[in-house]
Amino acid sequence: MTKNYLFEIGTEEMPAHVVTKSVQQLADRTSKFLKANVLSFKSIKTFSTPRRLALLVEALADKQADIDEVKKGPAESIAKDDAGNWTKAAQGFARGQGMTTDDIYFDTLKGIKYAYVHVHQVGRQTSDILLGMSEIVKAMTFPTKMRWDSHEFEFVRPIHWLVSLYGNQVAPVKILDVVAGRKTEGHRFLGDSVVLAKADDYEDALKNQFVLVNASERKNLITQQIEALVAKHHWTIKLDQSLLEEVTNLVEYPTVFAGSFDEKYLGIPKEVLITSMKDNQRYFEVYDQVGKLLNHFIAVRNGNTTYLSNVVSGNEKVLVARLDDAQFFYDEDRKYPLSHFVDRLKNVSFHDKIGSMAEKMCRVRTIGHCLAKRWQLSSTVLQDFDRASELYKFDLVTQMVGEFAELQGVMGMHYARLAGENEAVSVAIREHYLPNTAEGDLPETVVGALLSVADKLDTIITFFGAGMIPSSSNDPYALRRYSYGIVRILLNQKWSLPVNEVLPELIATVDGQTPAKLPKTEAADQAIEDFIRDRIKQYMQKNKVRYDIISAVLASSQQDLRQILVAADVLSAHHDDAAFRPVVESLTRINNILQKAKFDANGPVAANLFSGETEPVLAADVAKLATSTSLPALYDGFVALQPVIDAYFNENMILADDPAVQTNRLRQLQQISDLAAQLGNLSELVIK
Amino acid sequence: MVAKKLNIQSMIFKLEQFWSSKGCMVMPSYDVEKGAGTMSPYTFLRAVGPEPWAACYVEPSRRPADGRYGDNPNRLFQHHQFQVVIKPAPKDIQQYYLDSLEVLGINPLEHDIRFVEDNWENPSMGCAGVGWEVWLDGMEVSQFTYFQTVGELAVKPTMSEITYGVERLASYIQDVNSVFDLEWGNGVLYRDIFKQPEYEHSKYAFEMSDQDQLLSFFDIYEKTAKRLLSQHLVHPAYDYILKCSHTFNLLDARGAVSVTERAGYLARIRTMAHEVAVAFVEEREKRGFPLLKSAEEKKAGLEHD
Repeated sequence: MTKNYLFEIGTEEMPAHVVTKSVQQLADRTSKFLKANVLSFKSIKTFSTPRRLALLVEALADKQADIDEVKKGPAESIAKDDAGNWTKAAQGFARGQGMTTDDIYFDTLKGIKYAYVHVHQVGRQTSDILLGMSEIVKAMTFPTKMRWDSHEFEFVRPIHWLVSLYGNQVAPVKILDVVAGRKTEGHRFLGDSVVLAKADDYEDALKNQFVLVNASERKNLITQQIEALVAKHHWTIKLDQSLLEEVTNLVEYPTVFAGSFDEKYLGIPKEVLITSMKDNQRYFEVYDQVGKLLNHFIAVRNGNTTYLSNVVSGNEKVLVARLDDAQFFYDEDRKYPLSHFVDRLKNVSFHDKIGSMAEKMCRVRTIGHCLAKRWQLSSTVLQDFDRASELYKFDLVTQMVGEFAELQGVMGMHYARLAGENEAVSVAIREHYLPNTAEGDLPETVVGALLSVADKLDTIITFFGAGMIPSSSNDPYALRRYSYGIVRILLNQKWSLPVNEVLPELIATVDGQTPAKLPKTEAADQAIEDFIRDRIKQYMQKNKVRYDIISAVLASSQQDLRQILVAADVLSAHHDDAAFRPVVESLTRINNILQKAKFDANGPVAANLFSGETEPVLAADVAKLATSTSLPALYDGFVALQPVIDAYFNENMILADDPAVQTNRLRQLQQISDLAAQLGNLSELVIK
Repeated sequence: MVAKKLNIQSMIFKLEQFWSSKGCMVMPSYDVEKGAGTMSPYTFLRAVGPEPWAACYVEPSRRPADGRYGDNPNRLFQHHQFQVVIKPAPKDIQQYYLDSLEVLGINPLEHDIRFVEDNWENPSMGCAGVGWEVWLDGMEVSQFTYFQTVGELAVKPTMSEITYGVERLASYIQDVNSVFDLEWGNGVLYRDIFKQPEYEHSKYAFEMSDQDQLLSFFDIYEKTAKRLLSQHLVHPAYDYILKCSHTFNLLDARGAVSVTERAGYLARIRTMAHEVAVAFVEEREKRGFPLLKSAEEKKAGLEHD
């Protein structure tokens, strides 16, 4: 027989961002637990609000199935002594199975008689097993946990009640001093506590107490109410899914309402208004039909429509106080020229072990120049870059960014425009922070991209120099994200960066310009190179490149990061071609021969030592292949070369008796191997 | 809106009365400058050790960097907090808090009251807790914290701390847009009491303070606190730690502390905060944790009756 099982943990208000993840965690742990205990069930439904995590396990068996097993013991000769009495061994065997020697019977296996017992294990009752739910709760993890009262136990917030109902029966569970029962709590203000007759009553009983326990129902309701308001007022909205998820988990009974603020505040940059509404107050901003931000907002109340006007006017008042502040900062900041802020950057620390922001900006300017020269960027770009590099951190000391730190860069752009800086310079100030998440938007302008790469390189080089090198588990300054950002920008702009040439030059530049002598070690420079190369690996993994291709191309002779990825693209594109395998096999064969051989690789391949037909043909084809201008062309060349290599091997003995001929042939193979190394170490490839 | 507009002192009376009925002692404000009610010895010191504690008090909180010469309607050099600390935290402390709002005329059914995650910490005093900011129709009116660590010591049993922002809450209740328009009591306005000191303190903090003098104050206070700590004179030592903290805030407001130095100063204060917390527990232990004993006697007495 089966019944539904309801389990609810009632808590004080949990953080909105942990609710959904936690109820999923509870369901996963419970599912594993029931399976481990061989208790069958159909499915697990989850319910969650800020004050509760709950599960309904559907069609949970009322007991474990009985288990019938035959257990084999010692042979008869060992189980009984000469007199036919049970031996200690036989007694021990029976006792071990919870039986007596009376239960033993003999059966023949491969001509030998053995002792057996038939064990019938009665399945445990479900209610008995459900006592273990307390252990599941105790095993749960959260980003932040807390102690309360005098308990050692930690949970996300204090637990106030537990419901554990199997069908219509309470299944006993106890956590600390909280004993599970059938009573749950309604909405904090609108509802009452309610006693559940059976597990299935849960959802409806709480609905009557103004709690919508089904999170997706709550989310749908909020969405519908928002859409109705938007339609009524002819607004448009960009429904931010993460904000929607957050407000869903901030309320048990949602009522959506709209509020307004004075139009005069629309003069403040819209990013400031949106941050005030969205990040500070959890409001949705609204737009008109052509996408212009409006002086209205939409918010969600945890309650019904009673006295809604109080809630609307209270929220409006709070927002206006914030916007007043923002207006004040905006007015104050615009009283000064940009140079006023730039001057103050001398006193702003970039990092106390490294130096000031102003010093960083000087270094970044030099780095940008090195890179611009390499990438042959136009003089206009360089001019704009120069100007941007003089300014780009200035907004850190404006009042607005002091208050709204998340608007760094954005305010810089606005203030630069207002101060008459050109568009390229202004936009670069904003874009230098990009990408601000691993897969976030990239700078779109060339100046922005250059400033972003130069700024990030400086950060990585100086931090490594100062000994603040991230470990695999600890990267407090997000250096990994910065270098991953660099890789993505380089690819996006098609900029090459031969790390072996560029990095030493940049590192020397940075060292020369850092007034505080960095306590850098010899190993730091190599560590930077490895660190950046590792991001290429990360990029390929992210883009689902085969692991063997990743290993192969990372071992290539390429110094240019972009070419490593081109190599990966080429190998990936041809991986399933019929020609792929023979090409890889013949090049791997060459590598294997070279690995074992001892010879002087320095020196030309001498035509006068050739014999037979294939040697000169191969030499000519290899010389031609060496002129390939791209990796795709190089690969195609190898496909064409493969039969030539095979013919060569058929005709010629590489390890010829004549040492001069032997060296000549090995040098020929070395040339081929070196060319192949531009693609990667192809011996790493796994071919079927 | 709220039926009758409570002035600030009536609001404070009602809160004192309410929390007194929940077993809190109504304490006077502590007379050494501090940035927050948490730094009163009635919270900081009483949070550590095993003894029970329940107190409420109004605490003037000085934050020099927030001074605006009395020009800003909501930012102040000195604001006031109404602080409630109870250890161990009662199981129903959230409900008590909501009941206290009702006493002030705020009926939860007529508003939107929310507990929004905000885990308070004060690294310079080695303090961290878990809790919420309480939103009243979108406005943060209180901070609600279960202390987990104070002076870098685990708080056991856990203490609950509720901090009402007096001006915030009063602005809501009296429905004014500027704190200076609030009625303190008996018809006297906030501006009549605090506008001039706001201007003068801002003037001092931003323009007139003597950096070298403040730096030497800090050193002297620190030295004194350490000397007193070595003698296990907990309370005077703590007063000097508070003075260090306030002196640092004055230096900070003046922009006299670079980012590098900042971390150093905060670490110096944190070290002393830890030492004084440890010394406090040791001294209480020497005295047999008197409040623990009296609580047990009270409990035993009740069981006897």
